[in-house]
Amino acid sequence: MTSPDTQNDWRVETQAVADRIRVRVLDHVLSHNGGYMSQALSSAEIFAMLYTRVLDLGPSTAPMIPQPFAGVPGADNQDFFNGGAYNGPKAAEYDRFIFSPAHYALVLYTTLIEVGRLSEDGLEQFDKDGSTVEMIGAEHSPGVETTTGSLAQALSQAGGIALARKRRGDTGKVWVMMSDGEFQEGQTWEAISEAAKFDLDNLRIVVDVNGQQCDGCMDAENYVDPLTGRIRAFGASAVEVDGHDLDALDAAMSMETGKPHFVMALTDPVRGLPIFEERAPLLHYLRFTSEDERDRYRAVYEEMVN
Amino acid sequence: MEIVKRPHVENFIAWAADKPEVVVLTADLTNSSEVGKWRDTYPDRFFGMSMAEQNMMGFASGLAREGYVPYIHTFAVFIYRRPYDQLAMSIAYPNLNVKFVAFLPGITTPGGVTHQAIEDVSIMRATPNMTIVETGDATEVESVLDVAHAVDGPVYIRMLRGEVPRLFPKDEPMRLDEVRMLSDGEDVVIITAGITTEEAMRASVPLADAGIGVRHLHVSTHKPLDDPMILESIARSRYGVITLENHTIIGGLGSAVAEKMADAGSGKRLLRLGLRDTYAHGASRAYLMKEYGLDAAALVAGVEELTGIDTGITENDLAEARVEATHSLAKAEGL
Repeated sequence: MTSPDTQNDWRVETQAVADRIRVRVLDHVLSHNGGYMSQALSSAEIFAMLYTRVLDLGPSTAPMIPQPFAGVPGADNQDFFNGGAYNGPKAAEYDRFIFSPAHYALVLYTTLIEVGRLSEDGLEQFDKDGSTVEMIGAEHSPGVETTTGSLAQALSQAGGIALARKRRGDTGKVWVMMSDGEFQEGQTWEAISEAAKFDLDNLRIVVDVNGQQCDGCMDAENYVDPLTGRIRAFGASAVEVDGHDLDALDAAMSMETGKPHFVMALTDPVRGLPIFEERAPLLHYLRFTSEDERDRYRAVYEEMVN
Repeated sequence: MEIVKRPHVENFIAWAADKPEVVVLTADLTNSSEVGKWRDTYPDRFFGMSMAEQNMMGFASGLAREGYVPYIHTFAVFIYRRPYDQLAMSIAYPNLNVKFVAFLPGITTPGGVTHQAIEDVSIMRATPNMTIVETGDATEVESVLDVAHAVDGPVYIRMLRGEVPRLFPKDEPMRLDEVRMLSDGEDVVIITAGITTEEAMRASVPLADAGIGVRHLHVSTHKPLDDPMILESIARSRYGVITLENHTIIGGLGSAVAEKMADAGSGKRLLRLGLRDTYAHGASRAYLMKEYGLDAAALVAGVEELTGIDTGITENDLAEARVEATHSLAKAEGL
């Protein structure tokens, strides 16, 4: 019998990870005068849920400090290091994490730090020449198993992995984290249709529906509502939840529907950093236009950490 | 000349029997890619992926990452044209064990411009990690699977279907990056691949009768293309080299030979025959080969241009040569 307090423990820890993701990314953006800020603000709870509550992963088999870039995959580089090692060994019973919107790399690295799979010193290598901690990661980057910076390619690859695992009888699931902009690509719809056709009930997708893309706002009012229905119409299951509500995410992410299952996490791209709203609708990348502006963000940061 | 009907069909079934890791993916072109019987033989290893090639590349990537060896069977244009970003990023970059069995190379189809893969070798050559092979006869159709399977990485196969001639002995299989010398002579080197090899063979007797010494090399591996016989042959030729390809002359076999010659500082002349920076259209193979200068007559004209010798070879000489190879007059294959 667990007490209510014990039941709340996971929420406390998960929310703490989410909060620390926001703080660490803001710190990084402040010190580097730029970065993918809104992605962290919208998806902090999603990543925290994945790595503290949802994914069944073994311990990392990768070094806490990432190794330098050691060449691209190829015949003359058979020992190519795959960043999926940060998510633990591949085994029948473990889940797999496939990271789709590679522009969220900073959020993923930060999450790995907050859950103890990557040293915080590893982030010092971010976007540095010769490092694997790239701004837009590839499959040598920490936590990145497949190369997906060309958006909307991850779901198809995850479908192939899920198909192989289903044939083998693996009990572990294949989890994909996607962004809503990727649903503008036709390949995403091909993948949903085929995943449903092959009854890939071991394939789970959580989508950061933040309504943002490079050119600005995606007009969520008109876009989100039909999106979930369109996914269902293609043969998968899909539920919409508040992407910052841990209980709602937990319920949606633990559903067993017998189909490829999409959790549409409706999120706020300035969550926890309301000052950022000044920049709307262009929230894709934050670079400070003046020292005065940076000081105002720094003041918010000081409030967050104190 | 022996004509073999659909050599891939039974060969692929027998070959895959003891290879449970081999799976087939196709995009609504099962019988057109000669894997209908394979599907019926190994239904649990066959995946119809609908007309959705971008997604098919991703699924193949995922299956390969899990230890399967996907053999994608579809038309060449639907491998390198439509889903190129997916092919490059989901398969070629991670150097995954996916084999592309690409049917209807060049103008082998009457399906017209949409079905004719005329720049595939060029694009695949420019793709890092990609190995490229091309079948020129039934023996190579039967042995290319071993070649592809032995490569630890992606392989693009220009595949022949339907009625295929047997030009090479059954016990002389295709070998990676090894050219075949089909005739020898001191005057001109002729380098061919795929269906153009048969054309060059048709011209070889009349050319020999005309006193032109031809060293004819058949290439079955476009990448890597490092067999030293190529440059050695060119170096010892009196007049130079002619390439004849079922492909645009930009980026394919002719370009590859040009690059090798330039790298080596060869001073010999090179004549590149093939599609001259043009798309083609829907018509029979024999008609298109004549129209675009891919046939034996075009080759003879090329030899005359390179050597400055009037061979006296007429259409009639070549027409006689064609009679032996009746299959080229066979009814065009359906789509």
